[in-house]
Amino acid sequence: MRWWQIKRRDQDLELELQSDLELEEEELRERGLSGEEARYAARRALGNTTLIREQTRAVWSGAWIESVMRDLRYGFRGMRRNAGSTVFAILIVGIGIGGASTVFSVVNALLLRPLPFRDPGQLVWISNGENYSTQSEHYVDLRNQNHSFADLAGWSGAYSPGNMELTGTGEPERLTGVPVTENLFAMLGVEPAIGRSFTKEECEGKYDAPLAVVLSNSFWRRRFASEPSVVGRALTLDSRPVTVVGILPASFDFASVFAPGAPIDVFIPWPLADKAKPQGNTMAVVGRLKPGATIAGAQAELAGLAKQLESQHPERNTIKPRLVPLEQHVSGQVRPALMVLMCAVVAVMLIACANLSHLQLARMGARQKEMVMRAALGAGHFRLLRQVFTESLTLSGCGASVGLLFAVLGTRELAHLQAFNLPLLESVRVDGKTLAFTLLATIATGVLFGLAPALQVSAYKLREGLQDASHGSSSNRRHGWFRDGLVISEFALACLLLVGAALLIQSFLRALDVNLGFQPERAAALRIDPSFQISTAKQANAFIDDVLQRVRAVPGITAAGIGDILPLDGDRGWQVGAKGQVYDKSNHPEAFIRVVTDGYFDALRIALKSGREFAQTDRETSEPVVMVNETLARTLWPGQNAVGKMVTQDGGRKVIGVVADVHHGGPERQGGSEMYMPMRQTGDYAAMRLVVRTALPPDSLAAGIRTALQPIDPNLPVTEFQTLQGLVDKVMSPRRFLVMLLSGFAGFALLLASLGIYALISYSVNQRTKEIGIRMAMGASSWLVQRDVLTKTLRLAIAGVLVGTLGSFALSKWIESLLFDTASTDPAVISGVILLLCSVALVAGYVPARRASRIDPMRALRTE
Amino acid sequence: MTSKAQQRSNVVQGTLDMLILRTLLYGPAHGHQIGKHIQRTTNDFLQMQHGSLYPALHRLERRGWIVSKWETPPDRNREFKYYRLTDKGRKQLVVEESQWKQMSEAVARVMWPAEEI
Repeated sequence: MRWWQIKRRDQDLELELQSDLELEEEELRERGLSGEEARYAARRALGNTTLIREQTRAVWSGAWIESVMRDLRYGFRGMRRNAGSTVFAILIVGIGIGGASTVFSVVNALLLRPLPFRDPGQLVWISNGENYSTQSEHYVDLRNQNHSFADLAGWSGAYSPGNMELTGTGEPERLTGVPVTENLFAMLGVEPAIGRSFTKEECEGKYDAPLAVVLSNSFWRRRFASEPSVVGRALTLDSRPVTVVGILPASFDFASVFAPGAPIDVFIPWPLADKAKPQGNTMAVVGRLKPGATIAGAQAELAGLAKQLESQHPERNTIKPRLVPLEQHVSGQVRPALMVLMCAVVAVMLIACANLSHLQLARMGARQKEMVMRAALGAGHFRLLRQVFTESLTLSGCGASVGLLFAVLGTRELAHLQAFNLPLLESVRVDGKTLAFTLLATIATGVLFGLAPALQVSAYKLREGLQDASHGSSSNRRHGWFRDGLVISEFALACLLLVGAALLIQSFLRALDVNLGFQPERAAALRIDPSFQISTAKQANAFIDDVLQRVRAVPGITAAGIGDILPLDGDRGWQVGAKGQVYDKSNHPEAFIRVVTDGYFDALRIALKSGREFAQTDRETSEPVVMVNETLARTLWPGQNAVGKMVTQDGGRKVIGVVADVHHGGPERQGGSEMYMPMRQTGDYAAMRLVVRTALPPDSLAAGIRTALQPIDPNLPVTEFQTLQGLVDKVMSPRRFLVMLLSGFAGFALLLASLGIYALISYSVNQRTKEIGIRMAMGASSWLVQRDVLTKTLRLAIAGVLVGTLGSFALSKWIESLLFDTASTDPAVISGVILLLCSVALVAGYVPARRASRIDPMRALRTE
Repeated sequence: MTSKAQQRSNVVQGTLDMLILRTLLYGPAHGHQIGKHIQRTTNDFLQMQHGSLYPALHRLERRGWIVSKWETPPDRNREFKYYRLTDKGRKQLVVEESQWKQMSEAVARVMWPAEEI
C-alpha cells in the first residue's frame, strides 16, 4: 500500500469501528438499557479505539512511515517549544559531527582511499638504506635482473623547486620540473589526459637538453588556461626549445603524493645513458610487484642482487634496498597523528552525547506528567520508546546537517592549505564514504543520548507518576547516580584530551625553541639564476660580484649572500674525507654540500665558531678553500682544530673556518655534517639563491632588489621572495596541523564538560530548593550552602579528573611517538591540566552555588 | 490495559484467523457480526477483543484470504463493511482446519491416553 492511501484507509477503518459501536449500542438498547447507559457500555465494550486503530494500522505495510512522520511532527513541535535548548543541542551535535566528519575525510583521503594509481596495492617504495636515493646505474641493473617486479620506475630526487626557467611566451617564470624514467607513468597506471607520455627516443637524449615535456594538470590550467592545443607546441625551457607532448590528468597529483607542499609543473625525460646526468644517489625508485609476488620475497631477492652488484661494481656507491608498500611510505608517517585525532573526535562526540543525554533527561523530567498521561491513555511501552528515540534522532539529524555544512567548509579549507606539508591533503573532500560515516555518527549519537531518557520510560507508572511527577521524586533520585556518572565521564574524557593536547603543545613549543643554527626571522631568499648563458668561471664571478654589490646598496638590506640550497630545503650530499686519511668504504663520512658566497652566513646568522668566513677574494685564482660545520670538524678531526686542515675535495681544499650546525631536516632532527664550498671557486651548483637579511619586511624589498638587478639581467623571472620563516613554518606544519586540531577539540571538550557540570549542579540546586530553604530557615549561613554546592562540584570534577589522569597514564605509550622533547607523563603538564579542570569546574559550580545561597527560605517553602 | 489485551489476543492468535475464516464460510459478514458470532457460538467463552479482531481482519485481507466491500444490507439504510471469503481463503481454511485437528488430537492423546485406541 502506498503511504498516501493510508489516510483513506484510516477513514475507512474509523467508519468501520463507528458502525460496530452503533450496532453494539443498538443491541444493548434492545436488551433494555437506557440510551445513555447503552452508549457508555458500548464504548467500554469496544475499548480503546485509538489503540485498535494503531494496532490495525500496524498491519498495513508502510504505515510505519506515517506514524514516524507523526512522531517527527511531534518532536519538532517539542523542539520549537524549547527553542533555546534545542539550538544549543543542535549546535553541540553540529560542531561534534562537523569535526568528526572533517577528521574522517582527512583520514579517508590519507589512509583509507587507495592511492590514485592503478592497482596501488602492488606498488612498492624502494629506498636505499633508511631513506636515501639510489644510484641510477644500480636502478638499471636491478630493473633488468629482478624477477619479482613487473617493472621498476623512478624519478630524480635531486630536482629542486624552481629548477627550470620558462621564457618566450608571456612573463618569464621559474618552474619546477622533475626528470622521470620513460616508464614511470605507465607503471603507475596513469594515462595522460591529452597527448602521450615520453617515447624511447625522447628518453635517450641529453640530460640538460630534453626534447619533450609533459605538463602537470595544475600547471596546464594555471599557465595555459586548460588550452588543449598546447600539446604539440614548442616552449622555451632554460633557453632551449622543447615540445609539449602530453598533459597529465587532474587525478594524478605527483606532488601531493610524493612531495607534499611543493607543486610540480613539468616532467622531463631522464636519459639514463647520458654520462652528464647527475651522479651519485639521486633516484627515487618505485616498483610494481608481479601478481603473486610478495614484498618479503622481493626484499630478499633485491638484497641478494644488491650484494652481487656491490661486488661487481666497487666503483659505485653502496646499495641496500629497503622495500615498503608505497601506501605506507606515503601516509605511514601521518598515521599515528591521524589515529590520535580520530580518537580525540570520538572522545569529543562521547562528551557531547553525555551532555545531551543530561539535557534530554532534564527535558524528560519536565515532560514526565505528559508521558505518564500518554501511558495511562494506552500508549504502548514500545510506542513511547519510539517517541523518545525519534526525538533524539531528530535532534542529532538536525545537528548533523549543521555538522555536514561545517565539514564541507572545513574540508574545502583544508584542501587548499598549501602551507601544510601533508601528503594527499589536496584530495580531502566530503565524499560518499564521509557521508556514510556522518550518517552512522548521527544515528550513534542520537541513540546514545536518547538511551538515558529511553531507560526512564519504563519508570512511567501511572499512579506513581501522576502523584509524584514533582521535584525530588524517587525516579529522580534513582537517576542521580546516572547524572553524576555522566559528568564524571565527561571530565575524564576532557582530561584525557587536554593532557594529549597539552603534551603536543609543549612538544610544539619545544620544537619552536630549538636553535636551528640560523635565524629565520627577517631572512628571505630569491632565485636570481641569470637568464643568459654563463660559460667561464670569470664571467660567473663577475656576475656574482655585480649582484652582491648592487643588492647590498639597496636600502634596508643589512646582509646579502648567494647560496645554492637553503636550509630545510634540499639535501645534496656526498662522501667527504680528511686528506691523508683512509676510510672504510661502508663507513665513509658523508656531508651535506652547500655552495655559498661571502655574506651567506651573515644573512642567515649562522655563527662562525673559529677561523674566518669566505671572502670576496676567495675566487678562481686564489687558493682552494672550504668551510665545515662543527659536526664535520669533529668527525674528520676529533679533538683537533679543523682550521688549516685539508679535505680531499677537488684534490685538496684547505679548511678556513668552522660554523655552527644547521638543522637541515627541521628542528626535530639533528643536522649532520655539512661542508660549504665557495661559489666563486666551483661551477658545481644547480641554483643561485640570493639570501638577504633585512631591516624591513622582506615583501617591501622585492621590488627594490628587482630594480637593482635590472641592469645586469633584464629578463630576470619574476618570482616571489621566499622567507626563511616560511620554510621553517612548512617543516613545522604537520605538527602545527595536529596541535591546531587537537587543541580545538580539547577546548571544545573543556567547554562541553564545564557546561555539563554547570547544568548538573544547577539542576540539583533546583531540585533541592526546598531542602536548602529549610536548612537556611534553620540557620545555615549562605556561605555554608555555597560551600556545600561547591564541594559537590569539586568532588565530581576530581573524580573525573582522577579517572582521566589514570587513563592518560595508561595511554601514554601510545602518544609517545608524536612527542618531541616531552615526556608523555610530564608532571607539569598533567598537574596543569588538573588545575585547569578543577578551576573550570569551580567557576561552573560557582554560579549555581551563588544562586543557592540567595534562596529566600520563605519563598522556597511556599513554592511546593 | 494494553498488556492485558495483548495477552488475551495472544492466546487466541493462532486460532483467531481460522475462526474468522470459518465464520465467513456461512456468507459475507461485517466485523461486528463476526465478533458476535464467535462469541455467541462459544457461549461467550471466547470474548472477542476488538483490538485483535480488526487487526486480524485487515491482516487476512492483506494476505488475500478475504476481501471487503461497503454494502447496505436490505433491512438497513446505511453501509457496513462486509468481508467475504476468497478461494484462497477457502483453501487456507482447509489447511488450518486440518492443522488444528492434528494439534487437538495430539493434545488429546497426551491428556487422556487410555480413553481410545
